[in-house]
Amino acid sequence: MAKTVLEVRELTTRYITRFRESIYAVDHVSLKVDEGRSLGIAGESGCGKSTLALSLMGYYFPPLYYTSGQIIVDERNITGMDPDDVRKTILGNEVSYIPQAAMNALNPTRRVINFIEDVIQAHRPETTKREIYDMARERFELLGLPPEVLEKFPVELSGGMKQRTVIATSVILSPKVLVADEPSSALDVTSQKMVIKMVMDLMEKGIIKALVFITHELPLLYNVTDDIMVMYAGQVVERGTAQETVFDPIHPYTRALMGSIIVPEAGLRGVKLAAIPGTPPNLKRPPSGCRFAERCKYAMPECRAASVDLHETKAGRAYRCIIPEEDLRRLYKNEQ
Amino acid sequence: MNSDSIILSGKGVTKVFGFGSRKTVAVDHVDFSFRQGEVISIVGESGSGKTTLAKLLLGLESLTEGTIYFEGQQRDIRSHRQKREYWKNIQAIFQDPFSAYNMFRRIDAVLLDCIQMRGGGRLPYEQKVAMMREACSFVNLKFDELTNKYPFELSGGQQQRLMIARVFLLKPKILLADEPTSMIDACSRATILDMLMALRAEIGMTPIFITHDIGLAYYVSDTVYIMEHGRFVESGSADEVILRPKEPYTRRLLNDVPKLHEEWDLSTV
Repeated sequence: MAKTVLEVRELTTRYITRFRESIYAVDHVSLKVDEGRSLGIAGESGCGKSTLALSLMGYYFPPLYYTSGQIIVDERNITGMDPDDVRKTILGNEVSYIPQAAMNALNPTRRVINFIEDVIQAHRPETTKREIYDMARERFELLGLPPEVLEKFPVELSGGMKQRTVIATSVILSPKVLVADEPSSALDVTSQKMVIKMVMDLMEKGIIKALVFITHELPLLYNVTDDIMVMYAGQVVERGTAQETVFDPIHPYTRALMGSIIVPEAGLRGVKLAAIPGTPPNLKRPPSGCRFAERCKYAMPECRAASVDLHETKAGRAYRCIIPEEDLRRLYKNEQ
Repeated sequence: MNSDSIILSGKGVTKVFGFGSRKTVAVDHVDFSFRQGEVISIVGESGSGKTTLAKLLLGLESLTEGTIYFEGQQRDIRSHRQKREYWKNIQAIFQDPFSAYNMFRRIDAVLLDCIQMRGGGRLPYEQKVAMMREACSFVNLKFDELTNKYPFELSGGQQQRLMIARVFLLKPKILLADEPTSMIDACSRATILDMLMALRAEIGMTPIFITHDIGLAYYVSDTVYIMEHGRFVESGSADEVILRPKEPYTRRLLNDVPKLHEEWDLSTV
């Protein structure tokens, strides 16, 4: 039995707007990542993926507020800690986060090495500059980045190189969990591949123990992560291994998402892309029943009546729909 | 194929930025001829010169060398009046819809401008509203909810759809789409692409996609041009170029895209 590195139990976080309205962007989300495994989170814009990523760090700042639930990193509960403590002891040390525009984190007026000094000294003030330099150099060499980069200014680096530099910096203290939120979306395919290669290396070389990877690009997610969790309107709608979720989806939403995949493979030309009609619900006033009912082609009146629970079909596989799995599969089969 | 159906072509199109030792050849003696009604994709990495080529085609940058022919005639856009005439025929959608709008103008003003540009300035107001409503419903936007809004109040996908509504009203002969879907998520991407294709059927335009996403190029286009360092290294029908690539560069681009049914080889970076 592998050790669980990151466990989230029924986490709920909300945004409070200036009109005192609550937006529950992460609504009772539970997840578990074992040592050496990676979890992918997929979903449309605005489904709460990025809020979940922020929430996973246990570091909340307005307008995002913690409501309920627990985050357990390596058997240590990090919920309810003082934000300042979280920043100093958890971030970077235990959980690290890379946002989409990570490259903008670099200070344009300072060399990369100075930036790394700042990062390390914020968490481990006793480290000397010599030690920091050796640490950074060693880590850069391990990850295949040229050590000359350390002496450069951000403007001298390409977008992909900047992104990789920031990723290398964010894991310099060897955190247990890395949360990557669309780390490669702003890049072209070749730089994307280099960034992904680096994230995979982090796992293989044991620098990080678990990975949470967020993207809306399903082909990418399928290739990067072991498990995939699909979110819709702040809730988890389906969970399973990458193979299962992509090729054998249960939930109608997951199935619809798979219909929007574009890959350069034979036989895909001229296939009409299945766009999902309508827009996601407004999370200020989420619908009472199934949140996907409005856009679902299999929706029945009962769907809108009461909220739907996540049904577990086997370990690690679950879906949120009132129609039983066998009936859904029959519906899909009849369509073909 | 007779030469009449060639809508846009270029001979030795070149753009050089800077001079002397700092000279950069962004587009290097490129020849092309785009047939009317076919879907064209220009695929390349960042820095391959594809956006510069797009600007040259649009007339936003001047050519250093070479000629562009529009409908068989040499393109002449030296004066502002000529440019306005030319832009009735060629329109563009850019990557970032957030920066494409005048932030001080309301959405109905944006759409009214399009009607005016097509010479509908003197139409009765009801007819203008009907036209705007038709354009909005084409892209699944509700006109009545939009009239008093400013572009920043819409989401990225909605703004991009509004862009398509503009094109619907303008009815250009060529639509240049420079990375139209790279800022929006996969699900809205399907919606946008379907709309562009429906629009093509509706107004009979020639779409030119400029993209780094070879999957998108394969999905939408009839003819694909692969661009590297300002030159077209390979071109041909989508099936030919993408399923049976000849150039190592094309093969590398294809290799770099994550796929579903083939192993993604990460060792080759």
